[in-house]
Amino acid sequence: MKMNGGQMVCESLIREGVDVIFGLPGGAILPLYQTLPEFPQLRHILVRHEQGAAHAADGYARVTGKPGVAWATSGPGATNLVTGIATAQMDSVPMVVITGQVGRAAIGSDAFQECDTTGITLPITKHNYLVMTAEEIPRVISEAFYIANTGRPGPVLVDIPKDVFTEVGEFVYPEEIDLPGYKPTLKPHSGQVRRAAKLIEEAERPVILAGHGVIISRAYGELLELAEKAQIPVITTLLGVSSFPTGHVLSAGWPGMHGMAYASLAIEEADLLIALGMRFDDRITGDISTFSVNSKKIHVDIDPSEIGKNIPVDVPIVGDIKLVLEALNKRVKPLLHGGWLARIDELRREHPLLGADSSASLEMRYVVNAIDEATNGNAIIVTGVGQHQMWAAQYYSFKRANSLVSSCGSGAMGYEVPGAMGAQVGAEDRVVWSVAGDGGFQMTMVELATLVENNIPVKFAIMNNNSLGMVRQWQDFFYEHDHVATIYSGNPDFVRLAQAFGMLGIRVTEKSQVNAAVERAMLHPGPVIVDFVIENDDNVYPMIPAGMSIQQLIEEPSPVFQEVIG
Amino acid sequence: MTMAAEASRHTITALVEDKPGVLNRVASMFRRRGFNISSLAVGNSEIPNLSRMTFVVEGDSRTVEQVTKHLHKLIDVIKVSDISDDNAVARELALIRVHTDTHTRSEVMQIVDLFRAHVIDVSTDSLIVEVVGDEEKVDALQNLLSPYGVMEVMRTGIVAMTRGMDAFNGSSRNVGGRRRPNITETGSV
Repeated sequence: MKMNGGQMVCESLIREGVDVIFGLPGGAILPLYQTLPEFPQLRHILVRHEQGAAHAADGYARVTGKPGVAWATSGPGATNLVTGIATAQMDSVPMVVITGQVGRAAIGSDAFQECDTTGITLPITKHNYLVMTAEEIPRVISEAFYIANTGRPGPVLVDIPKDVFTEVGEFVYPEEIDLPGYKPTLKPHSGQVRRAAKLIEEAERPVILAGHGVIISRAYGELLELAEKAQIPVITTLLGVSSFPTGHVLSAGWPGMHGMAYASLAIEEADLLIALGMRFDDRITGDISTFSVNSKKIHVDIDPSEIGKNIPVDVPIVGDIKLVLEALNKRVKPLLHGGWLARIDELRREHPLLGADSSASLEMRYVVNAIDEATNGNAIIVTGVGQHQMWAAQYYSFKRANSLVSSCGSGAMGYEVPGAMGAQVGAEDRVVWSVAGDGGFQMTMVELATLVENNIPVKFAIMNNNSLGMVRQWQDFFYEHDHVATIYSGNPDFVRLAQAFGMLGIRVTEKSQVNAAVERAMLHPGPVIVDFVIENDDNVYPMIPAGMSIQQLIEEPSPVFQEVIG
Repeated sequence: MTMAAEASRHTITALVEDKPGVLNRVASMFRRRGFNISSLAVGNSEIPNLSRMTFVVEGDSRTVEQVTKHLHKLIDVIKVSDISDDNAVARELALIRVHTDTHTRSEVMQIVDLFRAHVIDVSTDSLIVEVVGDEEKVDALQNLLSPYGVMEVMRTGIVAMTRGMDAFNGSSRNVGGRRRPNITETGSV
């Protein structure tokens, strides 16, 4: 069937099951946009900034498990995507990004709005393509989706010159993928599974570390089965939060720099770590040479390069977490670890999180708690990056799987607005609360217009402490309270801002107003901003300072913390 | 469990798609991950549209393991082999321009003969010597010629191949396409 390149792109997206595209047009991608009306199945959401398109595609992908799709034009359109692409790459989020490029004859001539998009995005994509003929488009798009959403997922970028969109050719959609250099290992090696099962049976103090891989693989049931059958406590990474029911008796929090102290201590005392789809990030390990030195390690990951990258491993298993756990569950006998579970309980009692209602003034923990109660732990929580992100992950109860949407690896402030937009588009039946910082919110709040235009009913809880709170916290801890460039003295009035965008805006300054405001926001059919005015300058606890070990754990505010850190 | 920390030289070969930008992808990965390449040689392989690269990499066994894994992670890289410990042959070619005059020319040519190297260009004040061998041989010749005045050196970097039938393992290619796995069955979403 004869088609032009633009039509081929749209037809290919439909073949791949795409129903929504986040994008913003410009000269080089215009021929593609002009074919959109012929494909009414494709819903296009017009963003205000390309970073918003990338983060929205990412948020959509995280909640649906389907690749998110973003479109942008050449040059600045493509470069504006970069933060969002890097975020998806760091957190293994499947995305297919299509960018327009200047015409083939102009490539390399520094033409208007030309940039080396594939060069710029090479180290932050799983793979990328520059398409030089229209007839390549179906094959490239099908490969892009296959690569993005198999193995360890990630973003794939397809750069298409303007005149390729208008070139007419024969549309042939490939039935098969032929990528001799890309064969993710899904099934685990049975010998390795046997060795892992043996270590599990020998262990006295085993701990499961469940990462994002459990969520990506949708292996919740298999994880629960292993934990219950072998009576092993489950600690999740930050990206693994909501891979295991938070209220479960075997749930033991999340560890690391701002994780629960009892989780970090349990890892320290464990004699076996069963790491599932996680990568021993420095925010979890701290000083790698002192991290859980007395434990053996089983490391399961679909990406072989993650195994042995940061820590030595006793039993590596390459494979899809779901298949690995299925195999492991067949091998592992029912076990009891009564003494160890009692010890975990003791750690939990001795090292609890600070109370959510510990001061008279409005605090972020209190707000998160109120949202938790109002939503019964069933909402999708999207966050920015910083103090509010840590508190949201600490205090929300996450009763449903895959419910924390957050830029964890890349730590991209500004994720909270477009990321929440994408999450809500991907999960229209769910309540989406964006727990936002006033800093990050202002980076991407242009997308409020997109939310209103498309009636995407995200509820924003701006944790407005008029500062870059986490950076300020580091200044408190490591720079003698010298608050250089972290205090905002002229933040906008977020309630009037909401009104300017045509949204409901609510301001909360007292604890007594919180519940009513949260309820009112939930009852409102459209997007809402609740401006929670945080007067105090609380810091997040516990804290293990960067590069330090569990011995340097700071559990609560203390006048001597400077000495503790040395 | 301890990791071998001793740094040594490793020879790694990779079969890669012959597509624009592949060298950039490989070089970018080495740069980004902080891996050190001592030499890199690229050329056509016996299979149409596939090239073969030979890397000499400095590092401990853990680093080299990471290099091979990250190479393999690149979509355009089809097969990676660490042939350092294997029974392999490794050769490089060097062109060495060495200063000569009427007094030294015959001495230099004797050294060249001893190394089974060749003089491929002669002018009044210099020779160009072509030598093929492993790195040690090329180093040795270069050292012996240096007292005469080595004016320019051009080395290709090592190309390497395992001896015997093992070599054929390097060229196996799954030419047939694969059905895409059913995603819900594999859970690989």
